[in-house]
Amino acid sequence: MDAPLIEFRDVTKRFGSRTVLDHANLKIYEGQVTTIIGLSGSGKSVLLKHIIGLLKPNEGTIFFRGNSINSMKKKEMAASLAEISYMFQDNALFDSMTVYDNIALPLQETTNLGKSEINSRVMARIEQTELRDSADKYPSELSGGMQKRAALARALVTDPHIVLFDEPTSGQDPVRKNAILSMIAQYQKKFGFTAILVSHEIPDVYFISDRILALYDRNIVFQGTPEELENFSHPFQNEVINSLEGLQEELTGLYSKRQFKVLNHTALSRKSPGETYTVVVFRLEELNTIITNLGYEAAQEAIRKMGVYIEKNFSVIGGFSTRLSTNEFVTVLPYSDKSEAESILKDFINDFEEQGIKEIWEGARSRPASEVCVEFVIMAGVAQGQPVAEVDTVIESAKQQQKEIARLRCDGGR
Amino acid sequence: MNKIIDLDMKRVFTLLGRKVFGWINNLGASVIFLLLAFRQILRPRQMRKVIQQVYYIGARSTMITMLVGLFTGMVLGLQSYYALVKFGAQGALGTLVGLSLVRELGPVLTAIMITARSGSAITAEIGIMRISEQIDALNTMRIDPLRYLISPRITASIVSFPILTVLFDLIGILGGYLSGVILLGANSGTYFYRVQADMEIKDITDGFIKSVVFALIVSTVCCYQGYFAHMREDGHGARSVGLATTSAVVLSCVLILVSDYVVTSVLSQG
Repeated sequence: MDAPLIEFRDVTKRFGSRTVLDHANLKIYEGQVTTIIGLSGSGKSVLLKHIIGLLKPNEGTIFFRGNSINSMKKKEMAASLAEISYMFQDNALFDSMTVYDNIALPLQETTNLGKSEINSRVMARIEQTELRDSADKYPSELSGGMQKRAALARALVTDPHIVLFDEPTSGQDPVRKNAILSMIAQYQKKFGFTAILVSHEIPDVYFISDRILALYDRNIVFQGTPEELENFSHPFQNEVINSLEGLQEELTGLYSKRQFKVLNHTALSRKSPGETYTVVVFRLEELNTIITNLGYEAAQEAIRKMGVYIEKNFSVIGGFSTRLSTNEFVTVLPYSDKSEAESILKDFINDFEEQGIKEIWEGARSRPASEVCVEFVIMAGVAQGQPVAEVDTVIESAKQQQKEIARLRCDGGR
Repeated sequence: MNKIIDLDMKRVFTLLGRKVFGWINNLGASVIFLLLAFRQILRPRQMRKVIQQVYYIGARSTMITMLVGLFTGMVLGLQSYYALVKFGAQGALGTLVGLSLVRELGPVLTAIMITARSGSAITAEIGIMRISEQIDALNTMRIDPLRYLISPRITASIVSFPILTVLFDLIGILGGYLSGVILLGANSGTYFYRVQADMEIKDITDGFIKSVVFALIVSTVCCYQGYFAHMREDGHGARSVGLATTSAVVLSCVLILVSDYVVTSVLSQG
């Protein structure tokens, strides 16, 4: 692995007699989305504030691109900080300024750009964050979600190399929460910045994170991928992950991955050799087109609706489902064969087209940015397995067999 | 018994010492705060912010300054007339009203009025920005809060205080004329002749120096109290902003009167 972009070595932070970080060690790599998870009040924000220099450690060293921050000269420090942008948990928008002025401020005060250039950059961010109608409003006139988006626009307006997000989704409903996370993931891919998030939105953050750092008992107890975290054996699993990760995923209402595994194990262990089960893997294609034309929230609404309609159609025959990735779902049908699964799949498509798409389109049309009709391309793959086979292998096989099963227009045509 | 008295005395001196060190510490920090902010006055992009602050601190205090100036002059004219008439010296009314206003009352009362109106608003605004992490946000954007928030307010105070003091003096002299001449019947020509003849340029420059000193004191104290509202030990959050605002107004008023004495003493030596 490359040299870390940011490294903490034995960092300790105390506030009076209270120790928040105790010899914490961590590494953050360039170009990735790294999420720091932990319970509320465990010191996640404190950790983040050390990176941007708002707090200084009592002991230990922080390295930025291999250089110790403690020994950096003022100019070097300023150059390092110039690469970083920070989105505060409570947004920290300037409440006596309009949304436009808030977003324009960093450009007006720290660059020599002309008025028209600043205006075009600010308006681009305002458009991207769907705040066109709120540009002249004050933060107190906006909803919590809009304030978050304004703070996000301000954090991204200087095109930073590193963006720190302190609880970017706190206080949001599941659709907006996932819309914000999806926005962060999309911008991260588009602009290639390093994103460092602090969050306790488990498992939603797993879908966008390359690496997870787990803060527990004043120390970093885990550093690795979301998949590695699932097999991590530590009290952190029981006390933090299980308490934060509900039985059902918040956005879609489907089972969480953990619960899905438990159900899977229980259902398949009851089967005798020779009996079969079926797995269906769904995928909502061209999510970026939906985002571009209908906005982030409508895209999340589409994912949510798809989850709801999968559950509605497949649970009646004993199926249980979970979300595999941002736009991918898997359903296990323990009592059905492939032909029955394919017939339910047709019912699902009809139901989704008649009801689901209409609801998504009506919701999207209520937003000013959504005038263009888009196509919802749904892929599905069906595979049959036996209890002796690992379910992951069957899921993989279903993924291989995915093909386009429907191309539904938002206005009801096929 | 003696031991108990010794212990009590020790405790009293410890507390007193802690307080005194706290004051000295704050005084030193305020001076450094002022110097650091002062350094930023001539930086680029400052003019617009200074003009905005001159409007908030100065222009919007005009009416209240004129009102207080008018009634101060009227009371001064009234009281002075009754005192002077006892000695048959009512001709000196213009001298008394003019010099009292230009040397003392003008700079002091103007400074106190601006403290009450704008100083408290400065502390509250900066304090709220501090507790809602807006100042931290400036830091993360590499915008120096001392340059962006403090320096324009100090500069605007240095500009506004003398202008408002002059306005106060002029309206005050007119107030003295209203009560002393129009209401009580002192001679009109004598009043203005005395104001003009007995006032030296030094009286005006001394008043000007005082108003600049008060501007530095009030703006520094009010900005400092707001800027460090989050570090108060006697309150947190909104309460700390409230306490900081009270401290800023009280401390500014006390320091205006103390420094008035000191500056008057120094200037009268020259």
